[in-house]
Order: sequence, then C-alpha cells, then structure tokens
Amino acid sequence: MDLQIALLLGQDGVVNGAIYALLALALVLVYAVTRVIFIPQGEFVAYGALTLAAIQAGKTPGTLWLLLGAGVAVALVDAFVALRDSRPRRLARIALWNLALPLAVVGMARWLEPARLPLVAQVAFALAIVVPLGPMLYRLVYQPLAEASVLVLLIVSMAAHLALVGLGLFFFGAEGSRTPPFSDARIELGAVAVNGQTLWVLGASVVLIAALYRFFGRSLYGKALRATALNRVGARLMGISTTMAGKLSFTVAAGIGAFSGILIAPITTVYYDTGFLIGLKGFVAAIIAGLASYPAAAAGAILVGLLEAFSSFWASAFKEVIVFTLIIPVLLFRSLTSRHAEEEE
Amino acid sequence: MRPGLPLLAFLSVLAAAPALLPDFYITLLNYVGLYSIVALGLVLLTGVGGLTSFGQAAFVGLGAYATGYLTTAHAMSPWLALLVGLAVTAAVAVVLGFLTLRLSGHYLPLGTIAWGISLYYLFGNLEFLGGHAGLTGIPSLEFFGWKLDDGRSFYYLTWATLLGAVLATRNLLDSREGRAMRALKGGALMAEAMGVDTPRTKIVIFLIAALYACISGWLYAHLQRFVNPTPFGLHIGIEYLFMTVLGGAGHVWGALVGAGVITVLKQWLQDILPKIFGQSGNFEVIFFGVLLILVLQRARDGLWPWLKRLVPGRAARRVLPEADPLPRRSMPSAGTVLLEVKNARKQFGGLVANNDVSLNVIAGEVMALIGPNGAGKSTMFNCISGVDPVTRGEIHFLGQRIDDLESRQIARRGVNRTFQHVRLLPTMSVLENVALGAHLRGHKGVLPAAFHWERVEEARLLAEAKRQIDRVGLGDRLFDEAGSLPLGQQRLLEIARALAADPCLLLLDEPAAGLRYQEKQELAGLLRRLRGEGMGILLVEHDMDFVMGLADRVVVMEFGEKIAEGLPEVVQKDPVVLEAYLGGVEG
Amino acid sequence: MTEPILRVRDLCVSYGKVEALHHLDITVEPGQIVAVIGPNGAGKTTMLSAIMGLLPSSGEIEFQGELQRACEVEHLVAMGMTLVPEKRELFSEMSVEDNLLLGAFQRFHAGERDQGRTMDQVFATFPRLKERRAQLAGTLSGGERQMVAVGRALMAKPKLLMLDEPSLGLAPMVVREIFHIIAGLRGLGVAVLLVEQNARAALQISDHGCVLETGGVVLAGESRALANDPRVVQTYLGLGGARP
Repeated sequence: MDLQIALLLGQDGVVNGAIYALLALALVLVYAVTRVIFIPQGEFVAYGALTLAAIQAGKTPGTLWLLLGAGVAVALVDAFVALRDSRPRRLARIALWNLALPLAVVGMARWLEPARLPLVAQVAFALAIVVPLGPMLYRLVYQPLAEASVLVLLIVSMAAHLALVGLGLFFFGAEGSRTPPFSDARIELGAVAVNGQTLWVLGASVVLIAALYRFFGRSLYGKALRATALNRVGARLMGISTTMAGKLSFTVAAGIGAFSGILIAPITTVYYDTGFLIGLKGFVAAIIAGLASYPAAAAGAILVGLLEAFSSFWASAFKEVIVFTLIIPVLLFRSLTSRHAEEEE
Repeated sequence: MRPGLPLLAFLSVLAAAPALLPDFYITLLNYVGLYSIVALGLVLLTGVGGLTSFGQAAFVGLGAYATGYLTTAHAMSPWLALLVGLAVTAAVAVVLGFLTLRLSGHYLPLGTIAWGISLYYLFGNLEFLGGHAGLTGIPSLEFFGWKLDDGRSFYYLTWATLLGAVLATRNLLDSREGRAMRALKGGALMAEAMGVDTPRTKIVIFLIAALYACISGWLYAHLQRFVNPTPFGLHIGIEYLFMTVLGGAGHVWGALVGAGVITVLKQWLQDILPKIFGQSGNFEVIFFGVLLILVLQRARDGLWPWLKRLVPGRAARRVLPEADPLPRRSMPSAGTVLLEVKNARKQFGGLVANNDVSLNVIAGEVMALIGPNGAGKSTMFNCISGVDPVTRGEIHFLGQRIDDLESRQIARRGVNRTFQHVRLLPTMSVLENVALGAHLRGHKGVLPAAFHWERVEEARLLAEAKRQIDRVGLGDRLFDEAGSLPLGQQRLLEIARALAADPCLLLLDEPAAGLRYQEKQELAGLLRRLRGEGMGILLVEHDMDFVMGLADRVVVMEFGEKIAEGLPEVVQKDPVVLEAYLGGVEG
Repeated sequence: MTEPILRVRDLCVSYGKVEALHHLDITVEPGQIVAVIGPNGAGKTTMLSAIMGLLPSSGEIEFQGELQRACEVEHLVAMGMTLVPEKRELFSEMSVEDNLLLGAFQRFHAGERDQGRTMDQVFATFPRLKERRAQLAGTLSGGERQMVAVGRALMAKPKLLMLDEPSLGLAPMVVREIFHIIAGLRGLGVAVLLVEQNARAALQISDHGCVLETGGVVLAGESRALANDPRVVQTYLGLGGARP
C-alpha cells in the first residue's frame, strides 16, 4: 500500500465514519430517552435514500403510502383513546398531524411533479415523507410498551425492523438505486483528489452535530429530552411526558437516519436491506461509547469507518467479520471495568 | 411425576404420526422438532433468565458445520463430530458470555447480533467450508445398524431428542440450580445476597441454550445431508427468538407451540404472499414482525398460557418427602465479636449517607440500629452485606475483612439479611422462595439436576425451608405464591429465607413493619430464641416498643452519624436522642 | 364556602394482590396546609403517587372542582398540581438553573415565557440556590437538594404542592428552614399536602391533619387538636415510654 491508497482509504473511512457517527448519536439519544435499542434506524437510512431515488426517477415512492397508512392507524388509535378519556377536543389536533399532513404531502406529490424540482426541494420532500414515520412508529409500536423492560423493547425493535425491511422490499423492489451527487466538484488536496460528495457528507455531518449540540444545550425541549434520559420520574413530574419525549427523540432519529441515507445515496448503491448493516455499524460505535456518551460515540464511529475501509482493502471478504469483531475488545474492556451487573428492573 | 392425560394423548399422536401422515408433513414436523430444540434453549435464556440472544442460528451453524466438515473432509464419525461441535460451541458461548454477561442485560443480545453476522460471513467466505455454496455429501446417521436416511426414520430421533431436552429442562428448573436461574429475572440482587453466583448462573443458561442449538444443527446437517450459510444468518436467529416469544417465553412447552406455529405459518405465507404482492420475496417477515409486535403489546406471555386454559389441568398439590436435616454451621460461642464496623463512610455524589460510623455485634445479642428516616441505616445494611460497598473504612466479620467482598461471598461466611423493601420472587411459591435461602447448603450442580439425581439433597433443602417457614408461622402458606401474601407476612418470609441459610449473623431491616400486635409478639419470641441459640442479630426498626423490649444494646444514627450507643433504657433518656426524635420547628 | 382544591374519595391502590390503600378520603381547601402522618409502610407515598397519576388507582380524584378521569401526570401538572417526591428525583447531571427551568417546562410548553421572573422569586425564597445556580445538582448537599426540589416545583406556579417527607435526612437547622418556607406558602395562595414522618413539626405548621395507618385514615381533624390527642401523642410524638 502506498500513501495515495492510504489517503484514499482514509477518506472513505472518514466519510463512512461520519455517517456512522450521525447514526450512533441518534441511537444513543433514543436509547437514553426511551430505553429502546433502535434497530429500525437502518430502515430509515434505506427509506431516505430510496425515496429520494424514486422521486428523482419520477415515480411515486411507496413510502408515501406507508405514511398515509401509518397516519390513519395513529389517528384511529389516538381518537379511540381521546374518546375513551372523554377528551374530544384532542380530535382536531390528531386529525391535523396524522391525516391532514400526510394528505398534504400526497397532494404535493400529485401536483408539484417533484422530479422537476431542484435537488434541495426533492430532499426536503423525501424527508417530509420519511421523517414523520419516526414518531408514528413510536406511537404504534413502542408507546404501548413504554413501561416494558429493555429486553422486550429490543425484541420489539427486531420485529419492527423485520416488518420495515419487508415493506422496503415491497415498495422499492430488490434492485438498488444510486442518486446523482450533490455536486460534481473535485478538489485536489496534495496527492489526493477529494470529491464534492465527500465534502458534502463531512460538512453536513458537522453542521448536524453542531445543531444537535445546540439543541440539547440551549433549547428547553432539548433539555427536557436530556432530563427524561437522566430521570424519567423526575421529568414526568415536571410535566415532560414520556410520550412527547419518545416522539421527539424518534423524530430526531428518523430525521438523522433519512438524511444519512440521502447523503450516502450518491456514494454507494442502496438496496432495501442495506440500511440494516449500516445501522448496526452505527451500533458498534454506540456500544463503544457504552450507549451513553455522545463524543465517544462519534469517535468510535470514525474508528469503525476507518477499520472498515482498510480491511476492505486487505481482506475484503472478511470486512464485516472484522468490523463486528471489533466490539469484542470493547466489551472485554467494559466487562473488566464494571464491578458487577446492576439489577434489571 | 406422572404424566397427565393431555401429555399422553400428545405423545401417542406424535408416535403414530409417521404411520399416518404423508412425506410433506413429516418433513414439516422434523423441522418443527429441530426448531423447538433451539427455541427451548431460548425459553431458558429469555423466559427464565431474562436474557436474550439473536445469535442462536450461529450456534446451530456451528453444530451443523462442525459435523459437515469433519464427516466429509476427515471421515470422522458423526457422533464424535457432535462432541467436537459441542466443545467448540461451549468455548464460544463461554467467551461471549464472559464478555457480555457482567454488563447490563442488553449487551448479550447486541454481542450476539455481532457474533451472528460475523459467523455468517465467515461461513460464506471460508474456502474449506465450501463458501456460499456450502458442503455436500454429509453421511446419514446410523443407529446400531439402523440407517436414518429418510425423513420418516429421522423423525423419531428428532422428537426423542426434543422430548429428552424438554424433560431435562423441566427437571433443571425444579431444582436448586433452577431456583437460582429463575431468580435472575428481577431478583438478581437478592439472589446474590443468598449466595447465588449470578454471573456464573447466567453463563450456565447461555451455555445450555447454545448447546441445545448446536445439537439442533448437528441433527439438521444429517437430515439435510448438506449445509450452506443461509439457515444460520442473523434473520433466522431472530426467527428463533420470535418462535420463543410467540409460544410463551416463560414456558417449556411454549417452545414447541411457537416453533410449530411459525414453521407452519411461514410455509403457508410463502405460498400465498407473493401472489398477493405480485412479486417474489420473503414478505412473510412483514407479517411476522407485525404479529410479534401485537403479541408483545397484547399478550406478552405468548400463546402457551392461553392454550393451557383450554386443556384440563391437574391441581398442583405436593407433599414433601421425608428427609434428614441438613448439617448446621457451628455457632461461635456467646460473647465472640461477630461483626466489627470501623469508621465506615458511604458517599453518593455530594451526599454523605454514612459518616465514619463504628459499631459491633456480639454473638448471642440483639443489637438495634435506630434513628429517623433517612439517617443512613439501610445504607449501613447494604455496606455490611456487600450489596453496596463502603467508600471508606473497614468491616470485619469474625476477624476477617469483608468490606471488599461480593455479597455472595459474605453470605457464604454466615451473614444473611432481609430487605427493607421486600425482595422476593412473587410468582414462585413460599417454599421455593425460602429454599433459595438454603442455596449455599446444597452442592449438586446442573447435570445431576437435569437428570434429577439430586433428589435426596433437594428433599433435605426443601425440608429445611419448610422447617423455617413453620418457625415464622407461615406453615399453612407453603405452596401459595409469595406475591399473594400480605406485606407483613412477606417480611416474615424473608426472615425464614435468611434463617434457611443457617447464618450466625442475621441482619433484619424493619422486620416488624406491617405486622399486627400479636404477630409482633411472636416475632419477638422467635428472635429471643435465636439469640438464645447464639446467633447475633442486627436490627433496624421503627417500632420503639418492639425495639426497647428486645434489644440488648442500641445504636442511634442521625444524618449518617452515630449519635448515641448503649443500653436501651439509657439511650432512651439521652437528650441528644430525644432532640433527634422530637425536634420540632421551634426546637 | 369555596370548593376544595383537592377532594379525594374512596381511593384504592393495589400492588399485585396486595392492597396498599383502601377507601381513602382526603380534602384540601384552598390556601390550606394539610399534614398526613403515619408510620413507615402506611401508604403515605402510595397515596401521593396515586393522586399524581403515577400509579393506577380506583376512586374519585377531584382537582379544582374537576373530576380527573384518566389521571395523567402531565395533564395534572399543567392544571397546577406538583409533587416533590421523597427521593427528590433531581436531574443530577444538570445545573441547578436547568433543574429550575425544567420545573417550568409545562408552562413553557403552553406558551408562557415568564420563567426568568419566576426564577427570581425562587431565588428570593432560596438565596442559596442563586449562589449555586451553575453547579450540578448531583454535587449539592442534602438540604440544598431539597431546596432545588421545592424550588423546581414552585417554578410551575402550582395551585397545590404535595411534599413527600421534606425533612428526610436533613439536619434540624435545615428542616426548620424548609418548614418555615412551607408555612410561608400559604401567603402565596398555594395549598399544601404534606406527608411527614416528623409528626410534631408537621402538625405545628399545618391547619388540618390526618393519621394514616396500614392503608387507611384512622384519625383526622384540626392539627392543633391532633397534636394533643393522646393516641397521636403516644404513637407519633413520643419515643416509646420516654416523654420529655
């Protein structure tokens, strides 16, 4: 290997690492706030990329119908609860968020012909379809189980993952898609040519991470999420509802997932089941951080990205084996430094 | 145990099936049997132990590939290859278990996801295992000259193995080790205080689950006669877990129900879904995913409890067999210093819960630790019993330092305790809960338990538990669920559990709370008798009449500090103590 | 006669098969301090949790004259009920200031933006917290934690403040200070439901009191009368046989 190859691999690794970092942050957030190990995160990556690809190809993305269907389901469940608790005033809000909003998105898909819109609008449109699926997923799958153990939530995550992968196959078919890059610019940096998409990914990741940092540090809603993560009972007593915190964290996670998918779609071909492995690599990074620390998760993600890039050069067949074996020394370290297992309630 | 009528009917149908059913159904039943063996391991791991694994398919793969490779490339006997497969599986399971099981519960499943993916890619990329094409030409099994070379002949082996595993699992759960396993879910801290080595117990159930999976893989390889990586991927691992949860993770028979339902449903869905969706692909995952979400939301115990209601059952009325009493610890002579706490300090963040507290307990006395709520008494108990170690200072028991020991090691030395917030296993019987206290007085392990070769020891343990239950006056509630007792009696149960350990130092955290006057009198009588036998008792209690009538010495704590110590009647008149108890707004 | 701020009728709570509270009635009038005393395990904390909607219960809970059907914590907080729990439940890795701000979360969510002013009032009540505003809550002493917990509850501008064992683990000086502040809440028009082990102090500052034993009210009345009731004196105000 010469320096040039090393730099190229390093570039690959950092780009992938940046994506894993975003996903890892979302996973840590969701886990801290809801105790859900968010396996379906990967499906949001795939849905984001494939929805954008479908829009650009002038097709109606299947996720649009999922949005509509999930909206109706949430509306029905919420309306039932509102009527049971004799709070009919809530019905208008329920209809607005779960019926009117998806219908508006469908209407735009019909009348605006998004395939002819500029890229920014297409991206926004893809996000408008995929991101609301996050809180809807929380409402339908996780909210009824909010008091369940981490273990039950994990199993339910696996179930949701399977269902969403199956739906992904139905919506987008078995063929993969690749979208055109955001820019065709190439920059010569010494010996290496850095292409525009790389810069887009890195730039967007940094901006997103900074925005998250500000959100958690400054806004009262961000603080409310942190408070829920630190002390659920305390947060509820402040009127921070577990449901609201759950939906908010799932919205953030779905947004990060879908946007990550959109960022990598020009770099790699995305299939309906690609997201799972990408999401799991985010997990490896999150586990390195003990599912707790945001900076450690980001650093772990870059490590995973680099390891993956270099092992694909030396032993490409064993790339996945090497990446997933990385967690063994990490677990060993964690295991040896913890005194004894805490009580699971 | 006599098998009930439904079980006999089930076994007869099973035995008759090969003579009655066409090939297709025999194949299906073979698969149901193989999957059930894996799911059974997950029942133990998930339903009983509260742990889980998504990587069981990889263990199945280890079993299948081990025999596939050794019997084809090295012409090894399949039976020998089974042993090799089991050994390899055990090694992997122990390493994975060691890495993850000391951490909180979700690290094992996450570790097994990584393990499942890694092994899948490894199978597919290793040249000598045939890569993605796999290994062919695996020999059929031979059983004393009887060749098991078609589904019909294999059927009996599959189901005999499964039923054997079911029986062993049931035996195991109804034993000393089984009680320790059943305590893992929601009672680990208490079990540790009773002397159970919970990390070891977790590794053991993970190991058993992995070995079951390995056996299933070995059978699979010799039934199919070829192996490739596909059936050992992560998604199949997830499917095994689905079978377990759907059938009822807490029930041994649930494994069969779940494996049966999922296998048959999958067959059916794979036929009809592509027609509905108008394209090919494994769309049944959508259905399974949604089904499992609904099961977990609506009926978390799965199908088995619901099925069981349809089948007439027998009332469980048990008679305890006669047994010799267990050997007892020799009590230190009266007056020996049992416990010595020297300048113990416990800090939580900026909060000092115990500030340089010293006290001692002597054999044959009742020492009471009193003080207002929040004075740090329960914290002191946790420090002494090793549940939550001291930040600074020393604790000695019978002259040996114990402040750096785990709570199970402290229990082994003869210290046992009750908890202020009752910690028992609400769905287990009073008898089983108390028998858990005698854990360290039995020695038979998992293997004898699986074959029920430990019945003599078990009878002695249960007899001891019964003796202690009688002693605290709960003799008529032996087989009731512990959770159905009123709170006061649950406290008495905890005392019986502690006594079953045959301790020489007993730590009681508010034993009289929730008891009626008469019950308190009886409890005081029991504690006096124990004191007479030479036991040392450290008591936290709020009922002053109870304390003052019973205690030989009293230590008073306030704000984490010891403010007084001495004879009850002296302490009672100490102005500092009066201020602590009576100090009002105006002082 | 104005209607009571809180009226609880026939409240029952069970843990599994064990009944922890049976048919409990309690009423708090506006601006009143009501003390609930009783031994450990009598169900005092259970009662507060059930009223606050943290535990499933049966019975009627009327808050400000409105029957609460599906008790949701968030809804009750928005209506003006707050609870300072026995364990304080602070956000230990956040600053004192953030802890206080989050106390006003429900009002912020509803569009009110006067948190700065409310915080100044809280700082006026607890000057110590102003000094410590940037410090992490987990590093505070027991007394300061209790001040943060009460201050955080006051940030919600409650109509009814429920306090669970505010004196727990605090030194007498601090207890005195906290009780003084609780007594002063009457002036702010906040009604208080006070659960306390320290019966003497609780009966001194309250208007009305009741004694809870094994899940039910066994004695209730004017606090002054209760403080002189021989049964209360015997069980909760004395130390066994010894009395000053």
